[in-house]
Amino acid sequence: MARIWRHGKVAVALATVLAAGLTACSSGSPGSTSGGATGTQDSVDAALKAGGTITYWTWTPQAQAQVDAFEKEYPNVKVNLVNPGKANDAYTKLQNAIKAGSGAPDVAQIEYKALPQFALTGALVDLGQFGFTSFETEYTTSTWNSVHVNGGLYGLPQDSGPMAMFYNKQVFDQYKLTVPKTWSEYLDAARKLHAADPTKYIAADNGDAGSTESMIWDAGGHPFTSDGKKVTINLQDEGTKKWTTLWNQLVQNKLVANITAWTDDWYKGLGNGTIATLVTGAWMPANFESSVPDGKGKWAVAPMPTYDGGQPVTAENGGSSQAVLKQSGNAALAAAFVRWLNHGNGVKVFVQQGGFPATNADLQDPSFTGKAWDYFNGQQVNQVLTAAAGTVAKGWTYLPYQLYADSIFNDTVGKAYLNSSDLNAGLLDWQKALVDYGNQQGFSVNAS
Amino acid sequence: MTSTTAAAPAGPVSAPRSRRAGSPRRSRDRRGWLFVAPFLIVFALTFLAPVAYAFGLSLFRDQAFFGGTTFVGLDNYAEVLADAKFWESFLRVLVFLLVQVPVMLLLALISALAIDSARLHASGFFRIVVFLPYAIPAVVAALMWGFLYGDNFGLAADLNHLVGHDIVHPLSGNWVLTSIGNVVTWEFTGYNMLIFYSALRVIPGELFEAAAIDGAGAFRTIFAIKLPALRGALVIATIFSIIGSFQLFNEPSILQTLAPNAISSFYTPNMYAYNLSFNGQQYNYSATVAIVMGVITAIIAYAVQLRASRKEMQ
Amino acid sequence: MSFSRPGSFSKPRKSRVLTAVMALYLVYTLIPLLWLVISATKTQPDLLSTAGLATGHSFSLLSNIGDTLTYNNGIYLRWLGNTVLYVVVGAGGATLLATAGGYGLAKYRFTGRRAVFAVVLGAIAIPGTALAVPTFLLFSKLGLANTPWAIILPSLISPFGLYLIWVYATDSVPDELLEAARIDGAGELRIFTTVTLRLLAPGIVTVALFAVVATWNNYFLPLIMLNDPGWYPLTVGLKSWNQQAIGPSAHPVYNLVVTGSLLMILPLIAAFLFLQRFWQSGLSAGSVKQ
Repeated sequence: MARIWRHGKVAVALATVLAAGLTACSSGSPGSTSGGATGTQDSVDAALKAGGTITYWTWTPQAQAQVDAFEKEYPNVKVNLVNPGKANDAYTKLQNAIKAGSGAPDVAQIEYKALPQFALTGALVDLGQFGFTSFETEYTTSTWNSVHVNGGLYGLPQDSGPMAMFYNKQVFDQYKLTVPKTWSEYLDAARKLHAADPTKYIAADNGDAGSTESMIWDAGGHPFTSDGKKVTINLQDEGTKKWTTLWNQLVQNKLVANITAWTDDWYKGLGNGTIATLVTGAWMPANFESSVPDGKGKWAVAPMPTYDGGQPVTAENGGSSQAVLKQSGNAALAAAFVRWLNHGNGVKVFVQQGGFPATNADLQDPSFTGKAWDYFNGQQVNQVLTAAAGTVAKGWTYLPYQLYADSIFNDTVGKAYLNSSDLNAGLLDWQKALVDYGNQQGFSVNAS
Repeated sequence: MTSTTAAAPAGPVSAPRSRRAGSPRRSRDRRGWLFVAPFLIVFALTFLAPVAYAFGLSLFRDQAFFGGTTFVGLDNYAEVLADAKFWESFLRVLVFLLVQVPVMLLLALISALAIDSARLHASGFFRIVVFLPYAIPAVVAALMWGFLYGDNFGLAADLNHLVGHDIVHPLSGNWVLTSIGNVVTWEFTGYNMLIFYSALRVIPGELFEAAAIDGAGAFRTIFAIKLPALRGALVIATIFSIIGSFQLFNEPSILQTLAPNAISSFYTPNMYAYNLSFNGQQYNYSATVAIVMGVITAIIAYAVQLRASRKEMQ
Repeated sequence: MSFSRPGSFSKPRKSRVLTAVMALYLVYTLIPLLWLVISATKTQPDLLSTAGLATGHSFSLLSNIGDTLTYNNGIYLRWLGNTVLYVVVGAGGATLLATAGGYGLAKYRFTGRRAVFAVVLGAIAIPGTALAVPTFLLFSKLGLANTPWAIILPSLISPFGLYLIWVYATDSVPDELLEAARIDGAGELRIFTTVTLRLLAPGIVTVALFAVVATWNNYFLPLIMLNDPGWYPLTVGLKSWNQQAIGPSAHPVYNLVVTGSLLMILPLIAAFLFLQRFWQSGLSAGSVKQ
C-alpha cells in the first residue's frame, strides 16, 4: 500500500501545482517598464572580482573561442555555454523559460528585431543601471539605437549587418551586364539576364520577412513606430511604396527565382550561377566562404544600389545583441560578461573568428578593412561593407512584436509571391493582422 | 503481433467481457486496480493534468504585453467557432482525411493480402521493406522528401527536365497538400499493413480448408473469409488514422521551411494551435483550439467505433 | 497440423505479376532511402553540386561517418546514448505499464473499467503538440523540464499498447489457468509474473516494438522540453545540425545530417530484422490459441 500512498502524494502535489499554475497565470503581466535607469559600473567590477557561474545561450560560431578567452582572463568565473538552436528555436525556448518562471540563462543572444519583444514583456535587465549608457559613442548609430527600447538599454550590440550587393561577377561578365548603381539599372539587368538565359535570375526571393523589412528600411520607409503602448503601422508609407513599385516589377514578371533562402536549393543556386545577386548584410562573406564553395572566385561585393543615384543609402539586415535576463541570479556578473563580450576583449576574438563587429574602432581598424579575401578574388570586401555601416538610413524601428509579425509574414505577403501578384495587397493584409494582434495584446494600434 | 485486433472485432466498446462472479471474486477484482494504477498515475500526470490545465487556460484571456489576465468564461470557445482560420485548417485536414486515409489503408490492405497470399516471391523481404519507412523519423523523412520535391534542383526538377515540361511542382500551392499526403502515406502504409497482416495470420486454417473444399478461388477467399476477418483491424486502423490526420503537424511544419508561402502558419489545426502559443503567446486561445479539436476528434472516432459495433450486431 | 498457415493447404503457385506489382511499390518505398544512402557518400560540396541520385566526385562515406561521430567533440555519440536511455527506460517502462494495465483491465472485473478506456481514448484525441505548453509549464513547476524525466515520463504512456494487451489478454490468458494458480495459493502478483507474462509474450513483443519506434523517433516533446543540447536525442540533434544552414553565421553540414540520419536508422532496421523471428513465433502462438 505504501506505493499507492506515495502516488497519492504525487497526485496531491500535482493538484497543488495545477492550482498554482493557474493563479500564476492570473497574476498579471509585467507591462511596459519605462527605461532610463542610470548607475555606475562599480557593482559589475565587484561581481567580476567575486566570480561565480553564469549560463550563456547563443548560436554564434565565435562563442566558444570567446568563452575560452574570457575564462582565461577571469579564472574565477565559469561560463556554461549552451547553444539552444538558431534564432527562432532559441526564442521559443527563452519564451518558454520566461513563461515558466525558471530555466532562462543569465545572458542570451537576442537579435535586434527580437529585443523589443523581450524588453517590453519585462524579461530583460536595463543595463543603464550598470552605467553602460556611457558606451554610446563606441557603437555604430544604427546598432546603438537598436538596443534601446522606450529609453532603456536592454543589451550591448555584438554584430551588425549593413547591407551591400553581392554579385556573381562571372555571370555578369558572361552576359555583359554592368554592375547596377541604381535600382532601375538593377531592374534592367534583371530583365536582360533572364531574357538571355531563362534559367538565370537576378536574385532569389520567395518572400522573406527579414529582407523585406530591410528593403523597406533602405527605401526610407518607417512602417512601424511605437511609443509605449501606442503603436502605428503604415505599410503604405512613401518608402514602402517606393520599394513595392520596384519589387512588384520583379515579382510580377517572375524575374526573381522562387527559391527560399537558406535551403540547399538556395546554396546550390548561389554556387551554380542561377542566382546572380544577393543584397544582404555584411555578415555574408564568412557564409560564402564556408558554405558556397562552388562560388569561390566568382563573387564580388558592390554598394547597395540606390533609388536616385545620389548619396549611398543602406539598411541593416540581421545582427544581434547580448542581453541579461531578469531571471539571472547574478545580474551584475552577467552584465560583466556582456561588457567583456561586446565592449572589452571579446570583440577582438569575435573579429578574429570572422565576425562583423558593431564597434566603430574595430570597423575602422586597417587590419580589418584591408583584409584581402581569396574567396572574392582578393577584393577587400570590408572596405565596401564598413562604408555601408556609415550610411544606414536613420529612424527605423521594429514592432514591439516583430517575431510574431515575421511568423505570419508568409501567410499574407507570401500570397503575393505565390501568385506573382501585387505586394501592396499582401502588405495590407499583413498590416490588418498586425493591428488586430496588437490591439488584442493591449497596445493601442493605429493604422495610418 | 496484433492478432489481438482481429480477436476484438468491434474494439473497445464491446471489448473484453469476463463472466459474472460472486462476492469473493469482487474483492479480488478490486485488486485489478493494482495493475492498472501505475499506468493511470503516469497517464494522469502526462495527459490528464495538461488537459485539465489547458481547460483552465481556455477560460481566461491573457495579454502578453499589457494588462493582466481576465476570466472570460466560454468566450474563447465562441471565438474559435467563429474563427475563419480555424475552420479553414479544419476543412483542410478533413479533406486530407477523406482522401489520404482511404488511399493509405487500401495500399496497406493490398500489400497485406499480397504478402499473406503465399503467391509472392520473397514475401519476407517485401514485408520488411514495406514496413521500413515506419522506422524512419519524421524529421529524416521530411528531409529526404524535401530533396525529392525540389523543383529547382531536386528530383522533381530532373523529372520535369526529362519530360521537357514543367509538370510537377510538389511544393507549389496546388500540390503541397498532395505532397504531404504522399509523405504520410509513405511513412504509415507499412505500419497499417502490419496490423492487417497479423490479423490475417490468425485466421483459423480450417476456414481456408473448408473454402478450398468448396472450390473457392483466391478472390472469393479474400471476400468471403479474409476481409470479414479484417473488420476489427480496419476499425482500429481507421480510428488511429483519423486521430493522426486531425493532429497532422510534423510533415507540414518541416516542409514549411521549403514552401513557406504554400504552407501557412495555420495550415492544420495543430499548427495553428502551436503557432498561437509559440509565436503569438496566445496561450489561452491556443488551448481552446486544442480542446475544440480534441472534442471533434473524439466525437468522430467514437462515431466510427459505434457504427462499426452496430454493424457487428446486425 | 490444423493450425498451419492459411494457404499452405493448397500451396498456390508464386505469381510473377503480383510480385512485379509489389516491386513497383517497393521502388516507391526505397527511392528516398536510396537518396539517403547515396548522399551519405558525398562531401558537403558534392551534395550541393551533384544531382541527387548521382554519385559524388569521391566516395566519402567513411570520412563522413568519422566526421559525424567526432563533430563538435563527438556529441553525436552523446545523443545516441541519450536516445538509447530514453528508449530503454521509456519504451521499456511503457511496455511494462501497458502490459500490467491491459492485463488488469482484461482479467479483473472492477467498476470503472469502461470509463478507463473512454478517458484514455478521449485524451489521446487531443492534439499532443497543442498540449505542449501546458505540459511544459507543469513540468517546469515540478522541476522536470530540461531533465531526461521530461522525455521519459510522457513516453511511459502507450494507449495503443494498453488496448492491445487488453484485447490480447482477454483471449490468450485462460481464466481457468488463473483459477488453478489461485487454488494453488499463488498471489495475484505472482500469477502475473509467472503465468501471465509468458502467455502474453507475443503481445508484449509487439507493444515493445511500437514503443521502441515511438521513443526512438520522438521529436516534438524533446524539442520543447530540453534546452541543453547535452540531453538531446538524435532526432532533435540532427534537426539542430540541419538548422545550422539557416541565417547569419550559417554553417551547413548537410553531409553530417545525411550520414547521421543513415546511421540513426540502421539500429532500428537491425532490430526489426532481429525481432522478426519473435513476431513469427508470436503469430503462430496466436493461431494456436484459435
